[in-house]
Amino acid sequence: MGSPNGNGVVMDLEGAFLLFVLVLDSTARVAVPLIFCALAGLFAERSGVIDIGLEGKMLAAAFAAAATAAVTQSSWIGLGAGVVVSIAFAMLHGFACITHRGSQVVSGLAINILVSGLTVTLGIAWFHEGGQTPLLVDDARFPPIEWPGTNVVGGVPIIGPIYKELLSGHNVLVYLAFFVVPLSWWILYRTRFGLRLRAVGENPTAVDTAGISVQWLRYRAMLLCGVLCGLAGTYLSTAHGASFIRDMTAGKGYIALAAMIFGKWRPLPAMLACLLFGFLDSVAARLQGVELPVVGQIPVQFIQALPYVVTVILLAGFIGRAVAPKASGIPYVKER
Amino acid sequence: MSATRYEVPGWIGTVLVPTINICLAFLVSGLIIVVIGEDPWQALDLLISGAFGSQEAVGYTLYYTTNLIFTGLAVAVAFHAGLFNIGAEGQAYIGGLGVALVCLAGDANLPTFIIIPLCMVAAALFGAAWAFLPGYLQATRGSHIVITTIMFNFIASAVMVYLLVNVLIKPGQMAPETRTFAEVAWVPFLHEVLAPVGIKLARSPLNLSLALALLCCVVVWAFVWRTRWGYAIRTVGQNETAAVYAGINPKRCIVLAMTISGGLAGLVAMNEILGVQHRLLIDFVAGYGFTGIAVALMGRNHPFGIVLAALLFGALYQGGAELAFEIPTITRDMVVVIQGLVILFCGALEFMVKPRVESMYRWAHRTGTGS
Repeated sequence: MGSPNGNGVVMDLEGAFLLFVLVLDSTARVAVPLIFCALAGLFAERSGVIDIGLEGKMLAAAFAAAATAAVTQSSWIGLGAGVVVSIAFAMLHGFACITHRGSQVVSGLAINILVSGLTVTLGIAWFHEGGQTPLLVDDARFPPIEWPGTNVVGGVPIIGPIYKELLSGHNVLVYLAFFVVPLSWWILYRTRFGLRLRAVGENPTAVDTAGISVQWLRYRAMLLCGVLCGLAGTYLSTAHGASFIRDMTAGKGYIALAAMIFGKWRPLPAMLACLLFGFLDSVAARLQGVELPVVGQIPVQFIQALPYVVTVILLAGFIGRAVAPKASGIPYVKER
Repeated sequence: MSATRYEVPGWIGTVLVPTINICLAFLVSGLIIVVIGEDPWQALDLLISGAFGSQEAVGYTLYYTTNLIFTGLAVAVAFHAGLFNIGAEGQAYIGGLGVALVCLAGDANLPTFIIIPLCMVAAALFGAAWAFLPGYLQATRGSHIVITTIMFNFIASAVMVYLLVNVLIKPGQMAPETRTFAEVAWVPFLHEVLAPVGIKLARSPLNLSLALALLCCVVVWAFVWRTRWGYAIRTVGQNETAAVYAGINPKRCIVLAMTISGGLAGLVAMNEILGVQHRLLIDFVAGYGFTGIAVALMGRNHPFGIVLAALLFGALYQGGAELAFEIPTITRDMVVVIQGLVILFCGALEFMVKPRVESMYRWAHRTGTGS
């Protein structure tokens, strides 16, 4: 883009609008991994399994996807590898917490730490690039999808920029993320599986009494969680970026966790929270060093910390109460 | 199962099972080293000689151990109250802020014997304050301590970057660091302390903070197992409802345990900032807070176990650094892998091995006595 925001130069209306659309565009891009992960955490916690290992699964998937795509030159095989590896770690979490009733928090943390070391160790051993994977080109990445007629419609005021910059030109995973949100809502609230899933997170004993296996339900929830984290990681390294970089998730798994809490464990509000956090991120990038009227310069760190601060305030119940599923975090012991 | 259940002796749960779990963690680590095409025995050999092979190496190992004792104790104290403090990382970071503020304000005028204790108090207070809030919110508003401490880690990181880049930075310098503190505020190195007595040691970052760490172990032991407060905290950790019936106020215990936990984490700054770096810099905690969780789990939340576990991880840190010199494909990240595996096997999968070992013992006992 040009520089519609010269210091002291009055911005024209059209430029301001374009800037706004571009911020929204980058909001969507930043929010995609958050949305996948927030939904992943949502399925896990709705079934009664706390998962702070979103970060680790996403990172593992990012590495697996980038490494596989680099070797096979196919982004789709990369996607498959990312999802499979993420599911494997989700199953490990399930094995520790559901089968052996270990501490869910400790297990999630172990996965995060293990993955942050393992990805770099394997990366160095396999690619000799200091833990990175080779740069992905052409078919090894997910290309942007240009919608038909962007050049024609792009000239139309208001609708043009929205169509050309905001709606068109994303890769397939971005569209998938926004499709998965209503899908998750449908699964949770309109299917028998969803009903049971929500029930097992609130009152597993009741579900058990009804003759439904608590463990099998929770394993299936972890399966969904693994798939979604896998998509998030794959997006980071083969669609948003073009290689795996050490610790490239950089706390996004935790932000997604915050967004899930902010959305009170419901898909649509969680997505809105992800978009809000993504918006803050995009704005922070643009506001760096810009003098604003009245408040002056806003420190970037302040905007970066805002999602975390807001989550703490929310959890403390000062702006609406965030109540977790009742049984989340408690291993289920079938009485004998 | 027969009607009489044989009592399984205590050492099975406290010694044998943890040992098996640690061995499993190291076994998997060895397999990973095989996968990346190196020799695990050679790696182990280099690791041990790198950690203990020379006086200097031992000094480095003990210097890492010092940090890990502080964070391990911090996590353990919270554990005793049934709280999982993931925030030692942030608490240690903010502890560094306390030390830096005291030094920047007073290192020109105050003598050593005043400024160092003052720094110690500041480190513990700042760390404690950063843990107090999550503790208070958990106790009074029921916000989950794990989530709040995670969030506080990120907030601490943002606050410190802001302060270092905009406020505390030494003028006319690019790197976001404070100026080097005056020498009066430095915690003396061990090789300097022992030189006048006639004991010559190789130069290493090991400093008197190690003594402070060991002192903290004794104090924590006495506090948790020999005071009324420690008893109350343990009761709350075991069974909050029972604690209420015993007339214990769980809210106060939760806040107290978190505050002490944060204070201990804050003391990392004594070793890292006053002992070695002598200035405040970005990310000086470098994961010690998270390793502290592994240390506490492995040490079974007992100060004696924590010292042993901290020594093991200190050796891994130092040995891992040496290892990276010799085998370029194995870096410090391998130590992070081992750390993750230890947390996985000793923490998350602690119930995997235990019942099997216990039933094996019972079986051996039955067949042994011939009943």
